[in-house]
Amino acid sequence: MNRQAQVVIAGGLILIVFAVALIFYKSKKADELSDVANKNASLLVRDYSPTIGSNHAKVTIVEFFDPACETCKAFYPLIKEIMLKNPEKIRLVVRYLPLHHGSDLVVKMLEAARLQGKFWEALHVIYDTQGSWASHHNPQPEKLWRLLRVRGLSLHQVKKDMLRDDIAQRIQQDVEDARALGVTKTPGFFVNGKPLVQFGYKQLQELVDLEIRSHY
Amino acid sequence: MIYFEENDMDKIQIENPIEETQQGWSLVFYCWVIATIATVGSLFFSEVMGLKPCLLCWYQRIFMYPLVVILMVGMFPLDKNVVRYALPIAVIGWLFAVYHYLLYSGYIPKGLQPCDKEASCTDIDLELLGFITIPMLSIISYSAIILLLMTFRRRVKAVSQYIN
Repeated sequence: MNRQAQVVIAGGLILIVFAVALIFYKSKKADELSDVANKNASLLVRDYSPTIGSNHAKVTIVEFFDPACETCKAFYPLIKEIMLKNPEKIRLVVRYLPLHHGSDLVVKMLEAARLQGKFWEALHVIYDTQGSWASHHNPQPEKLWRLLRVRGLSLHQVKKDMLRDDIAQRIQQDVEDARALGVTKTPGFFVNGKPLVQFGYKQLQELVDLEIRSHY
Repeated sequence: MIYFEENDMDKIQIENPIEETQQGWSLVFYCWVIATIATVGSLFFSEVMGLKPCLLCWYQRIFMYPLVVILMVGMFPLDKNVVRYALPIAVIGWLFAVYHYLLYSGYIPKGLQPCDKEASCTDIDLELLGFITIPMLSIISYSAIILLLMTFRRRVKAVSQYIN
């Protein structure tokens, strides 16, 4: 056998083994994730979790997010779009998974804003200004005190409420639930309890469409 | 010693006898196969299985990945000097692998370090069949490459002595 052929065959074999192992590993992982999600279905939504959308919606998207996460920010308008396209059919529940150093403070700000009924408004501003306070994966939450301008939101009160024990407990609970559900990265999505295994916007859309078709 | 292959390129270079010894070429080829498997395998660990490479793993990758390219360059056409530029890289990588392995198995005590989010070099993330660890695979790959390259060099020397 000539030399070029040997190299091509050896290289090809290595790549084929890689591809087969990849497919095998991914499908095993996907099964495991679904299993974990099934077993821990009760952990998906807590009664305190911020929710938007119709209460009668039959499709529930649960998103574990980090306010400093750029991909979470990128998904925010996309999820809005999916919800607008399917009015009254989808409910969004968000859970906290502050993985970036310092973003736990931002999550506390969000929870404090929620006490004033301004959670979604605050989240919108926080995502909008993410480039200014969390550029290059270096969140500087203190910068948000200048940026977080929401009509009717008292920052003075937010500063006070951030220190509340119940807020710290909720965040801790969310982090523990994420771990139990096998969510290690943000954003982590579940649609009607099914984990989004293959990450991507198109994949999320397909999963949501599938659930809408089977429930409406 | 000298025989012809169906390949025209080989006919032109008959003044280089090692070029004609398929065995000598195969030694470099085996090195390339090992380096390629190590490269693809390490990418499987990090990109597919999501194991975070620690700092020492990165240094070993730095010296393994270029071997795939460098050995390939030395193979077409066969360069009998391939050992000169491939071996130093392999030896440096081997030293990192040995250091990592000793650290990993506790022969070298690791100074107390504060925890951070980076992967620790002493955490054992994977044990195949209960005893094969990633640093061990790294040592095996580097050692095999070094041995094969040294065998190749010996053979080149022997052939050139035979000719002169």
